[in-house]
Amino acid sequence: MDTFDFLTGNIDLILKLTVEHLSLVAVAVGLATLTGVPIGIAITQNERVARVVLYLASIIITIPSIALFGIMIPILSTIGQGIGYLPAVIAVLLYSQLPIIRNTYTAINNVNPALREAARGIGMNPVQRLRMVEIPLAIPVIMAGVRTAVVMNIGVMAIAAYIGAGGLGVLISRGITQSDPRQLIAGAIAVSILAVIADYGLLWLQKRLTPKGISA
Amino acid sequence: MIRIDNLTKIFETPNGPVTAADHINMEVPEGEICVLLGPSGCGKTTTLKMINRIIPSTSGRIYINGEDTTGMDTVELRRNIGYVIQQIGLFPNMTIEENIAIVPKLLGWEASRYKARAKELLDLVALDPGTFLKRYPRELSGGQQQRIGVARALAADPPVMLMDEPFGAIDPINREVIQDEFMKMQQELRKTIMFVSHDIDEAVKMADRIAIFRDGRLVQYDTPDDLLAHPKDDFVESFVGDDRALKRLRLVQVKQVMEPVTTVRPEDSLSTALQRIEQQGYSHAILMVNERQQPIGYVSRSVAQTTSGLCGEHYFGLKTEASPEDDLRKVASLMFTHDTTWLPCTDANGTLVGQVTQRGITHYLGATYHPDALGTLPRQLHKVSA
Ligand SMILES: Nc1ncnc2c1ncn2[C@@H]1O[C@H](COP(=O)(O)OP(=O)(O)OP(=O)(O)O)[C@@H](O)[C@H]1O
Ligand SMILES: [Mg+2]
Repeated sequence: MDTFDFLTGNIDLILKLTVEHLSLVAVAVGLATLTGVPIGIAITQNERVARVVLYLASIIITIPSIALFGIMIPILSTIGQGIGYLPAVIAVLLYSQLPIIRNTYTAINNVNPALREAARGIGMNPVQRLRMVEIPLAIPVIMAGVRTAVVMNIGVMAIAAYIGAGGLGVLISRGITQSDPRQLIAGAIAVSILAVIADYGLLWLQKRLTPKGISA
Repeated sequence: MIRIDNLTKIFETPNGPVTAADHINMEVPEGEICVLLGPSGCGKTTTLKMINRIIPSTSGRIYINGEDTTGMDTVELRRNIGYVIQQIGLFPNMTIEENIAIVPKLLGWEASRYKARAKELLDLVALDPGTFLKRYPRELSGGQQQRIGVARALAADPPVMLMDEPFGAIDPINREVIQDEFMKMQQELRKTIMFVSHDIDEAVKMADRIAIFRDGRLVQYDTPDDLLAHPKDDFVESFVGDDRALKRLRLVQVKQVMEPVTTVRPEDSLSTALQRIEQQGYSHAILMVNERQQPIGYVSRSVAQTTSGLCGEHYFGLKTEASPEDDLRKVASLMFTHDTTWLPCTDANGTLVGQVTQRGITHYLGATYHPDALGTLPRQLHKVSA
């Protein structure tokens, strides 16, 4: 009941933190998509490079977020950004690489070879093949990677409150330091709900972006 | 015209080199269909795909309309060659209209023009544009998809077409239908076509020339009729089948074996009929026609021998007749069905133009006809029946 009172009493604060949280994740995953999709496409050209890139991306994802922030503080301090917005975005960007690169790589690689041959045979150049055939067919799987990245990183971003990045993690960290379970639980609930809503929102987007001829 | 000069492909595999095409030399004249035929793994697909450079050749040259393709830009080359792949390969993210119009679009046609073209091609492959233009490939049956694959390859009106078992995925009945439609189309379009098949019947039906492959080598390159009449070696002979004489029936039209025929009229007497039967050496009967030279029946020899009166009073009705354009397979089938050894031949007006006999057919198939034999054949046949 206390938690409920806290939630209703501080709705403005919670909304503000939610928006902050979401925009951090959106910016970071947005950037990660802009880098990860081209990387995923590029590595389909060379299996050895692909193995190395995917291996690196999976190592990054195993680094605990607290440790990653710790590593970045001295590095980014040299430009005066050791804590706050920038390291949080960089961390999420790095964590997002694996799901996005791997899904893009798999999806492009799994395009039916017959379609690729047909596209070559009718005289499409490699860029036309990507734009008109391979990427449209890969969209559902690429979008599934983006969704994974978003949901996973909504959780990661909660910890970024410790380095002063803001977001819903503020409630959780305050709840712990002030031994205030109301704030702690309110923060946790808000993060979970945000993750679920983001996932459904992206699922809707995925369906919108999937070409009509291949949607289920 | 496609000319292939010493074309060779050696695949380097972990188990050593595999020669998929071994110094192939052949030429497909403009407007003709050449069918590449042979057992699995003999190099048909490899040879075909070297022409549009989906597979790079190891050595040798390919000329299209006299021009060496070696130095040509790959994309440019492919846009001038219609390509129908074995697995159909329609783009599932595009509508049928978009699939058909893709090459014109790549060539920079205006939207109104390529849309009109898509419609025109759907008509050509006998699918209703109203129903199909806006559908997606998965909403079509296998046979319909295969037609769209052919339409897509035809879209920019390329002079040359490569087709890898384009009708392979279709059941036998629909395959015949599509083959017939395709042949009708080809009669208008006159493309130079290379066509892979492993079905000898399909090859015999569609080809102007058949190329038989074995282990990467071209063993025989001939017209269907020459191939069936003179298989070069045991391999070709067994490949074309024990029934090769029957297969040839479909290649020969009635008019090629048609013989002149003597008739009677209803008002002639039976003794006249008997006289003509003996004169002509007909064994069983003589045909009776009306005043417009339309066959109406026959008078049998035994009746003419034993009865007196007019032909018009003692004749039997006709079971069936043939047209000069029918192929001999149909005629042979009619003969078996109606238990007869000859059929009158009539033109579109029903006017008698000749007859076709079992002996005539047998002679034609038995004759080993080199060019000079062709000229003597009708006379030979005439002697047989006279
Ligand atoms: N990419 C490749 N690498 C190595 N060997 C290959 C490759 N492609 C084809 N071959 C080999 O080359 C030979 C000819 O193959 P090809 O595909 O041309 O046969 P085909 O006549 O089309 O047979 P099918 O009727 O089964 O389609 C086969 O022995 C095949 O195993
Ligand atoms: Mg093949």
